[in-house]
Formats: sequence, structure tokens, C-alpha cells
Amino acid sequence: MSDLNQLTIAQARDGLRRGDFTSLDLTEACLTAIEGAWALNAYSHLTPERAREMAAAADGRIGAGDAPAMCGIPLGIKDLFCTKDVPSQAASRILDGFLPQYESTVTQNLWNAGAVMLGKLSMDEFAMGSSNESACYGPVVNPWKVDDRQLTPGGSSGGSAAAVAADLCMAATGTDTGGSIRQPAAFTGTVGLKPTYGRVSRWGVIAFASSLDQAGPMTKTVRDAAIMLGAMASVDPKDSTSAEREVPDYEAALTGDIRGKRIGIPREYRMEGMSDEIDALWRRGAEMLRDAGAEIVDISLPHTKYALPAYYVIAPAEASSNLARYDGVRYGRRARLGQGDGVVEMYEKTRAQGFGPEVQRRIMIGTYVLSAGFYDAYYNRARKVRALIKRDFDQAYAAGVDAILTPATPSAAFGLGEMSGKDPVEMYLNDVFTVTVNLAGLPGISVPVGLDGQGLPLGMQLIGRPWDEAGLLNLAQVLESAAGFTAKPTRWW
Amino acid sequence: MAITEDEARKVAHLARIAVDEADLPGLAQELNGILHFMEQLNEVDVTDVEPMTGVEPMRLKRREDVVTDGDMQDLVLKNAPDAREGFFAVPKVVE
Repeated sequence: MSDLNQLTIAQARDGLRRGDFTSLDLTEACLTAIEGAWALNAYSHLTPERAREMAAAADGRIGAGDAPAMCGIPLGIKDLFCTKDVPSQAASRILDGFLPQYESTVTQNLWNAGAVMLGKLSMDEFAMGSSNESACYGPVVNPWKVDDRQLTPGGSSGGSAAAVAADLCMAATGTDTGGSIRQPAAFTGTVGLKPTYGRVSRWGVIAFASSLDQAGPMTKTVRDAAIMLGAMASVDPKDSTSAEREVPDYEAALTGDIRGKRIGIPREYRMEGMSDEIDALWRRGAEMLRDAGAEIVDISLPHTKYALPAYYVIAPAEASSNLARYDGVRYGRRARLGQGDGVVEMYEKTRAQGFGPEVQRRIMIGTYVLSAGFYDAYYNRARKVRALIKRDFDQAYAAGVDAILTPATPSAAFGLGEMSGKDPVEMYLNDVFTVTVNLAGLPGISVPVGLDGQGLPLGMQLIGRPWDEAGLLNLAQVLESAAGFTAKPTRWW
Repeated sequence: MAITEDEARKVAHLARIAVDEADLPGLAQELNGILHFMEQLNEVDVTDVEPMTGVEPMRLKRREDVVTDGDMQDLVLKNAPDAREGFFAVPKVVE
């Protein structure tokens, strides 16, 4: 039973219910796989004892016939989620030693459903990055490898993506502010879903940019994403932006019937310099949906070009405000102070030592665009452009489009270290196809559709109507089965 | 709008992040690069466009103004780098 860690959530659930194996078996298989995979550096903190206790409790529930779909399923949790008495530090030195005294709503929902926590997964510091290289734990390594180079798993949810791709858990939680679930999913041949803003509670998730942040599942299949989203989503009085909407049965929506659905292909996403491979894959994806009975239409989202600059005003502005709380007073790490240092020196030294370079850069950009005299020129203008970007989508959906198909990323995974020393703006370009979705608050999913010439996975993104995760998942599953993507990374670690 | 060394110093201070004097020119240059990228936004006609505050029009939830939580001083102070006698402790603020 050594391969149990390779199961999907749906397979594991069915096997648990049949009594083929126990949650404890699944959990041990994952823990063994993790022990053999330190070269990937995916986990930042392991909780094996808690995992075994939770698995035993889950086995009890399954035996008693009280087993929701996620019961007994071992998961990895992104380090951004606060988990009670377990280190939760957003991969930042500034939260060294922080032990939350509360549990995030999302993880609590998962534990209530009987899921098992294996440990915490690494990420870019405070979810700011697209390569996982800004983690204070050192970079996560992509299990996909085609030559001597070590590749990035993407970011910010790079630990989650690597762990799912390498079968170090059955699935993982991620968060997505500008593409942080979808880009790493595309780089690792896994499925990543960012729900509609407000679908999943943000309570207890360490904040980056509050008007954009949304948690979601990172899984091996679309069906698993449907099952796990159902367990993560809830109406939460603790999050004022949590939507008062019932959580539908997403798995039941996977009918495979997409006849008559209209899929928009936005011409503005055909970027200059886009690789032929990605362009060809995009066309193939559209053909697969057409063959399944969908209608493909060309659409225009004219403000697409301005999404990245708008995002890189709004997200740092919100981050500069959210991260003001790390002051060395209430939690985390305080710098060692010199003789005569006052409270301002304490703040300044604590933050200079605790935050890494990219986080400092974004805090300062955010501080600048919110400062007197620049607020209108940058921040307010960006918020107006954001309104226009959302209006582009509103108009496309009002004209009868059900979902939009785009590439997930402009390239396959790149090598660790390849972007360092380059202009920070070049790293930001990774988000070019994904940020629009956060700015408009829409659901988006990345589905693995093929391999590039080197043998690395490439993903397609489907963007849905607000609150239509069910319809989006159904389309994504049709794309997934038509593409027949079954490749797995060859084990080298 | 180019950021000077002086402005970089001011931004760092507003952000409460200590930056060595020697690092200010580099910081100013880096911030200028990013701001230059953002200047594309000036191409967009935003006349009569309201700045977006949230993705879905919703009224903030309200509830009775009553105490629903609290009385957990120990838990609140548990992660403090320096807590004494039931308070967060910081370096002396008033001489």
C-alpha cells in the first residue's frame, strides 16, 4: 500500500468508504513520501503527531458512517493560514516563533469535515512573488525537471503546488491575490482554483491585499477541486466580505454536458512575443471545448493591458497598510535594540530585519502611492482603471459569454535564480493572464492541458461568471478529460 | 515624477523601515523603475469613472453593538516579544 499517497481525493474517499484502507494508512503514506522529499523543500513545518490523531478520529467517523467527502483526507496547508498552536509565519522572518491562538475559518471548515493536517507548506514571503524564491525557508524546488536546472514551482503557493505534484499530500490549500494559485498550478501540472471574491472566508488568513486575496484548493484533478472547494467555502460572520450565499454541491455540477455554452477568446490576451507553443495549446483548448458542444466566440477586453500596472499600485497600497501591524510589539520578532533606541528605532529595525527585499519594496511603493500628493495620481487612478477592467468582463458576460479561455502563464516553469538580478517588473509579468481575474473578483481555474517541447507542463485558464464556480468546474473537467493530461514528474528527489 | 534620494528616505521613514544612507540611491532607482511601469495608467481615459472599492456591491454587515468575544488577556499577550504585568512592553516613549 505504499502508493496510497498518489491517490486523488475522490479515489481516497471512495476507498475509505469501502474499507479498502484507513485514513491512518493514507496519512502514513504521505508522511513517508514527505520524509523522502526534503530535496523539494515544500514543507516548512510538519505536524505528524497531530496528523495521526486526526486520522484516527477520521477513521472513527468513517466507521460510524458519518463521513463527509473530505473525511480522512491528508492535506498540506499553505503557511499563510493561521493554524492554532502550529507555526504560521507567511514564510517571513518577521513572524518567527508566532503561534496563532486561533484557527482560520478555512482550515477549521476542513478539520470539521474530517480532513487531516500533515503540516505547513512554504510560499513566497507574505504571498509576494511568482517563484517561491522569497521564502525565508529557501526556495521550493519544482518536482518537474528536464535537464540539470532546478526549476521554480511558481508562486506564491509554490510549496502547495510542489507538494500536490509530488504526491506529498492528497491536496493543499492555496491563496491567490494576483495568480498565486493558478500560476504554480500551471507550472506543476496540477489544478488550481481561485474562487469568486467573497466565496471563501479570509478570516485567519494572513492578509496581503484584502480586496484581492482569496483562498482556494490546489488539487490533482478538477473533481478534487470541486470536492475541496465545497468544504472550504462557507458564509462567515467573521469576514465582512464573506458572501451570504449558500454553498452548492460543486461535485454534482460535474455533468460533462457543456453543449450550448459560449466560451469567449479575448483577443487582448494574444500578447506580443507569446510563444507559438502556448498559442497552439490555446487554440487546441478551444477546439476541445468546441468538440464537446460549446460555441467559441471572439471577445474583446480592451483594458487588459492596464491590469498589471493597476494591480501593482493597488496590491502594494493595501499591503503597506496590512503589513503595518508587524511592529515588533504584539507578535513575531523584535529586533535587538541598541542603547537609547526608542520606539521608532524599534519599529524601523524590526521591519528592516524582518521583511525580505521584495516585501520591503512593495511596502515602500504602497506607502508612496498612498502618500499625500500622490494618492490621486496613482492610487485613485488605479482604482478607476480597475473599475474599467471589471466593466470589460461585465460587458462580455452580459453579451452572453459563459466563460473565458486564456493561457494560464506566458511560459512554462523557469529556472531557480534565472530571474534574480533582473528588473522586479519582469517577475511581475508572470501574472499577466491572471491579475485581471483578481481585479474583477471573478473565479478562475488553471487546468493542465499539455507539455511543452522540453516536457514541462502548460496550463490553460478558464475564467467564470461571478459565483458560477459550478459551471466553471464543469467546463474545466471537460477540458481536463479532453486533454487527457496524465503526465507526472519523474522522481529524481 | 522621479523619486529623489530625499524622497526615498522619506518613504522609508513613513514605512518605518530602516534603510542605510548608502542604499538610498539604489532604492530610489528601483522605485523609479516600478513607478515608470505604472505610468502607463495615464494613457487611460478615466473621466467620470468612479474608483472601485469592492468587486460586489454589498452593504457592510451589521450586528448588535454588544460584546461577543474577549476576556482572553493571556492568549492576546502570548505571542508578544515582551509582555509584562498584563501589558505589551515597549522601549521608553516619554522621558
